[in-house]
Amino acid sequence: MNIEWISGLAGGLLIGLGAAAYLLCNGRIMGASGILGGLVARSDRATTTERLAFVGGLIGMPFLLRPLIAPQAETHLTPDLAIVIIAGLLVGVGTRIANGCTSGHGVCGISRFSLRGIVATVFYILAGGLTVALFRHALGVI
Amino acid sequence: MRAVFAFFAGSLFGIGLLISGMTDTTKVQGWLDVFGNWDPTLAFVMGGAILPMLVAWQLTRNRAPLVGGQFPAPPRVELDRRLIVGSVLFGVGWGLAGLCPGPAMASLGYGGVGGVIFLIAMIAGMFAAPKLGAQLDRMANAA
Repeated sequence: MNIEWISGLAGGLLIGLGAAAYLLCNGRIMGASGILGGLVARSDRATTTERLAFVGGLIGMPFLLRPLIAPQAETHLTPDLAIVIIAGLLVGVGTRIANGCTSGHGVCGISRFSLRGIVATVFYILAGGLTVALFRHALGVI
Repeated sequence: MRAVFAFFAGSLFGIGLLISGMTDTTKVQGWLDVFGNWDPTLAFVMGGAILPMLVAWQLTRNRAPLVGGQFPAPPRVELDRRLIVGSVLFGVGWGLAGLCPGPAMASLGYGGVGGVIFLIAMIAGMFAAPKLGAQLDRMANAA
């Protein structure tokens, strides 16, 4: 496993610092699905600018800095577009119904010992693990 | 200033996702793949991200956000059908593709056409969520 856990830990710390900055400066929980979902729902016009700014940094900075800090980084996303579309739909629907994803329920929820955050995280990890077991090892399609 | 801080936070989030390897779907699926060649990286990423937030939540006590206003209310405690069903649906999609909402956005600039299609599908799912959530509530009331 060489140094991958070190880059994982270092990247994780940056993610946590981003979440801490969003909380302490703007008073908001850094949840990727909530921030994007709020734009999609157009429910809270007062926060549209800050949501767009967040998404701009989130999309723009990795794109701009990848050649410098991680030129080898690839997504290795499956070329099977049916799986890509079904997975995208499920992630979009699921995170909005559950009101959070890996960043909101996971990082921000667990760190404040939120029962809902912990329970959500347990369920999406279990579902993800079973999905990989079924579709990779039993069916061999991913 | 809210937008400046938000851009800064989003940038840190995105760079962290890139450096940590979490925009690589094989590493995420590798972590979920307990019956295969298990990859522990995601646990280090999650642990590393939780550490600054443990401190940050302590700092919210008896203070206000830098830009004013209020910190988020204490977390709700009730576990409802939406939380469980939504998390399971999310987990299935996460396992199928190896992308969750943060990395789906962070990798948009280098994820190719597939990444764009995933994001469009995810946004379509977000559009559909309120209706499906309401349907879920009706089922809960009927049961």
